[in-house]
Amino acid sequence: MPKVVTDVTCPFCGTLCDDLEVTVSDDNKKILSVRNACAIGSEKFNHTSLPGRVTRPRKRQPDGTFKEITYDEAIDWTANMLVKSKKTLMYGWASTSCQAMSVGHEIAEKVGGVVDNCATVCHGSSLIAIQDVGIPSCTLGEVKNRADRVIFWGCNPAHAHPRHMSRYSIFPRGFFTVKGHKGRKIYCVDCRHTDTARVADEFIQIQQGYDYELLDAFRTAARGEALPDTIGGVPKEKVYKIVEDLKAGRFGVIFFGMGLTHTLGRNHNIDEAISFTRDMNDFTKFSIIAMRGHWNVTGSGQVLSWQYGFPYAVDLSRRNKARYQTGETTSVDLLVRNEVEACFNIATDPGAHFPIDAVVSMSKKPTVTVDPHINMSTEISDIHIPVAMVGVETGGCAYRMDNVPIETRKVVDAPDGMLTDVELLTKINERVDQLMGAK
Amino acid sequence: MSEYIIRNGHVFDPVQGIKGDKKDIAVKDGKIVETSALSASAKQIDAKGKSIMAGAMEVHAHVAGPKVNLGRWYRPEDKLFDSHKTPGMTRIEGGKSIPTVFKTGYSYARMGYTFAMEAAMPPLYARHVHEEIHDTPIIDEAALPVFGNNWFMLEYLKNHEIENNAAYVAWTLNQTKGYGIKIVNPGGTEAWAWGLNCLTVNDPVPYFEITPAEIIKGLIETNEYLGLPHSIHIHGNNLGNPGNYNVTLDTLKLVEGYKAKNNFGRKQVMHATHVQFHAYGGDNWGNFESKAKEIMDYVNMEKSITMDTGNVTLDETTTMTADGPFEHHLGGLNHLKWANVDVELETAAGVVPYIYSPNITVCGIQWAIGLELALYAKDPMRCFITTDHPNAGPFTRYPRVIKWLMSKKARDAQIKAFKNSDKVVAATNIATMDREITLYELAAMTRAGPAASLGLGKDYGGLKPGMNADIAIYNINPDNMPSDPEEIEKAFSGVAYLFKDGKICVKDGTVVDNGNKRTFWVDVKVKPNKQVAHDVKEKFLKYYSVNEGNYPVPDSFAPHPYVIAVDATQ
Amino acid sequence: MKTVTLTVKQAPELYLECENITPDTFAGKKADEIAQLPAYQGKEDTTLGEYFTIAGEAGATAAETQIILKGDCSKMKYIGIKMTAGEVIVNSSTDMYTGGWMKGGKLVVKGDVHSFCGLGMEGGEFIIEGNAGNYLGASYRGDWRGMQGGIIRVKGNVGSDICTFMNGGELIVEGNADVHIATHAEGGKIVIKGNVNRRVGGQMVKGEVIVFGKIGLMMPGYKYTKDVDLEVDGTKANFAEYVGDLGERHPKRKGEPVYGKIFLKK
Repeated sequence: MPKVVTDVTCPFCGTLCDDLEVTVSDDNKKILSVRNACAIGSEKFNHTSLPGRVTRPRKRQPDGTFKEITYDEAIDWTANMLVKSKKTLMYGWASTSCQAMSVGHEIAEKVGGVVDNCATVCHGSSLIAIQDVGIPSCTLGEVKNRADRVIFWGCNPAHAHPRHMSRYSIFPRGFFTVKGHKGRKIYCVDCRHTDTARVADEFIQIQQGYDYELLDAFRTAARGEALPDTIGGVPKEKVYKIVEDLKAGRFGVIFFGMGLTHTLGRNHNIDEAISFTRDMNDFTKFSIIAMRGHWNVTGSGQVLSWQYGFPYAVDLSRRNKARYQTGETTSVDLLVRNEVEACFNIATDPGAHFPIDAVVSMSKKPTVTVDPHINMSTEISDIHIPVAMVGVETGGCAYRMDNVPIETRKVVDAPDGMLTDVELLTKINERVDQLMGAK
Repeated sequence: MSEYIIRNGHVFDPVQGIKGDKKDIAVKDGKIVETSALSASAKQIDAKGKSIMAGAMEVHAHVAGPKVNLGRWYRPEDKLFDSHKTPGMTRIEGGKSIPTVFKTGYSYARMGYTFAMEAAMPPLYARHVHEEIHDTPIIDEAALPVFGNNWFMLEYLKNHEIENNAAYVAWTLNQTKGYGIKIVNPGGTEAWAWGLNCLTVNDPVPYFEITPAEIIKGLIETNEYLGLPHSIHIHGNNLGNPGNYNVTLDTLKLVEGYKAKNNFGRKQVMHATHVQFHAYGGDNWGNFESKAKEIMDYVNMEKSITMDTGNVTLDETTTMTADGPFEHHLGGLNHLKWANVDVELETAAGVVPYIYSPNITVCGIQWAIGLELALYAKDPMRCFITTDHPNAGPFTRYPRVIKWLMSKKARDAQIKAFKNSDKVVAATNIATMDREITLYELAAMTRAGPAASLGLGKDYGGLKPGMNADIAIYNINPDNMPSDPEEIEKAFSGVAYLFKDGKICVKDGTVVDNGNKRTFWVDVKVKPNKQVAHDVKEKFLKYYSVNEGNYPVPDSFAPHPYVIAVDATQ
Repeated sequence: MKTVTLTVKQAPELYLECENITPDTFAGKKADEIAQLPAYQGKEDTTLGEYFTIAGEAGATAAETQIILKGDCSKMKYIGIKMTAGEVIVNSSTDMYTGGWMKGGKLVVKGDVHSFCGLGMEGGEFIIEGNAGNYLGASYRGDWRGMQGGIIRVKGNVGSDICTFMNGGELIVEGNADVHIATHAEGGKIVIKGNVNRRVGGQMVKGEVIVFGKIGLMMPGYKYTKDVDLEVDGTKANFAEYVGDLGERHPKRKGEPVYGKIFLKK
């Protein structure tokens, strides 16, 4: 009899929907159907049973091809690489469980690693801004129950966080928002008319690279000061009108994405958006939330923070202190400046996301990539260690974009003999201990 | 397990009334035993010239969870040049005002603490709190879920449905692996979700048609209906503002007519926390003054109250509380980075860095108020030492607070060091107070008292045979007390020995063992309640952003639980 | 004053952490003792002697110590960090954190410096004869205490984010600057002889930015008030005064709000 697993958490994006229902075969080996998930989320589950999945570690040969090796061989090679390297980039962590991260950090502390997650090429700039000016924020349920003014700035949940609008931000009816969509005024600020802009009541088309100026204009308008005629292509009359509209609301929220974090000024854009949010709390209630990408990138930041006090780019290379400096201990800088000797990638694909110079630098160093699938990073690695998929074939804790922790679930068995991230990292840790004890 | 006999030390144990007498303490299988129960193989520890107390118990600190961690990561500057590792088995430690989990566990242990209560756990974030507790070495921990602004509670208590509220509290304690009922700015934090506040016990909560006084009384009744080990634990309305002592007295007086009902030996029905922040006179920062005496006159008289101080340590620190509107207010005063998180249906939290500067008169007065509270306390079993870590200062400053409490000389030196010492003296009574807390009183204020208040007095907070072998041995000799107060601070900074569950975890101030850390929580059984089951289901379907099935804290988060069972079905 | 000369004898494979190259650490030490001072490359604990030939000796105090660095120091971090007195002269370029948290003395770099130099500087004189990277004179991440005092002079150009959270002191740039100048400043003075890209004085509460060249785009929160004559770094000229950032909070003095100011040469 096929079984239905309920309350399943989706290991795709930072929305971390936890209402999925997955039907699995009675031998626990095959996923038969996925309900409630978006198209991308369903794909994540169905991915496990795609033909051609690699189930054993592979080592690159001199001719560039890969040859299957045992887990023990891969673990030994990896541990030796980590112990030998003076400074190793240990990147990724955004698609694995917090429990796995903990083991990874223990290894990093012993071998002198720099632990970084994909915030480094994503919402790291948001984290810097929060370090500079704080953040007034709330959980997504607050948005659902109270928000009557919702701004999407430089983000496009219609594509990147497909169920965000229906679960939390636009359509749901909550305790104080019984009219749902009708009771909310939706704004979209973007340089393009996106699919999110289509569902907005007001679209503000901004010239690319002028977010900082436009946000400064919003703040200046909120204080009743004079503005130039247009700001980033937006007429000042529109700025004044929107600001008055926002002040008239009971509970406003700004969601922002890559349009702010990775255009000119990066953290400064977020900083100004947060400062605007803070200012609006003098008139009404206002919050701001980052649209975090990978499903557990937030979790990596949390675990690093409670263990070392920094949310990403944590440099443990001296082994007796933790340091952090975006621009120095961040992955791309380390690679481009050739400041590390080896790379250990896990649960995120730098090959697909890093600038080409960084990827080239990585490809020239001893590199191990741990990932359930073949991806662009595995192809430039010396060793690829496939593992069970977290959130599908094994469980563990994850943190949603609003930092709410939700447990992911195991719904099917991994292919026979495959290790989970926790099991693999524990074995690498043990091997590192042996090697370092022998030294 | 190992056996130990600790010889020749001066024992301070309010549980047995031992006031510094020389007495041997025997340890076997994690418990304190009669010396006759030891075998010949027991290891000897010479504690000659040292003081022995039970492991200290932290009754109120923010050490684990979402706002603590936000405080950590949004303050990288708190770790700048302050991340280090001691050679040996410990991990990297860091953070001046908000230490990392490793530093938290080690630092408490090095000071002789074996238990810490995380003072505010948002139920929705309970998994996060427990993940951090799990990673904090050595010390036992528990966490208090916040209830004072919870929608279920507001709706039940509006209609005085104590039985339903009790069933809901029991359900939440089970779901979150929580310890008891925490209340923060009752009603005010819900009001804050609309940018408002409740500044007195009679301000109505917007929409919910209930007052803070009704919430507090309802939760006292709930607590005693269930018979929980701890009483309600309250941070009252109008924290941190001049003239708030009247609101504090109004809050304290709500205990009148209630009696503790429980099987844990607990006597109080209310624990008032970080009272320093609630004992302010004047009506602006210019005529701000101490009302510690007024507060303590009432506390000394009313036996149904326990309290902790919330001592200001005069450091740069990071304030953090579920009192969202207060942090907004504070951010507006000092213009340092303000963080806030409103949590659906439950609570909120705010974080703002703060510098308690000895050059600022108000900070000096706050410093004095915290000390005055302890010095006015007639019953050290009901007044405990805290810094409301990290709000009034980091807990790592306990040795310094102890120095000030035990030495008038040290207090006078600090008063003299204030830039405006005459103004501080004029607004407080500290300069006229001669009392010096004794080691015996200190043992009550940091061990036996907190243990009894938390309902753990049977096994913790004392050195009686049968009790848990959590023991701190300090390099301080009561027969030859140091004339230099700095020596007191030094003695309490690093224990000679710390036994946790009968195991030596710290020796000569150095951590040597990660111990056997446990998570304490309270498992309450109540009669099946269809109404509450229905309400829970409905609220998750309609208003929460997570499924009910994903709300509980899995057992794997607390692999070494210490579960206190409460049967409230009778 | 006594002089210690360090000559690079081998380049580090990665980057060398040289927080011990300061007059304060060197004070009272002879060449062989200085050679024993730790330096770090990742987890490898090494010594200054491994990477430098060391000649001469330090004075009894930092103030009596001069350090001269010869050879290529472009992969050396932390030179002159936290120095309180004395002199450091680097004949090449240096890497990150040069002169970070400097409190006094004089630091001269004949080449370029990388990012995060002069971070949180409190006093002293820091001269960069080449170009400087980003975050010159800024605060450490999260800190609201950027440059507090002292003077930094750059003969070439500077990168972005200079003097973020500046509270005091002076920065003079003889070349051009990129984006984000004096963000969140609450004091201090910045002089830029060349042009600035954009985003000058964003979120500035207090302080002054004087620009001799052009500003790509003025922030919308700035308002022209009047023309003024100023003497800046030895040059007298007429400037247009702007106040702002009007989107930011501003303290009041004698009932009047205090603004940040931009002076743009006419």
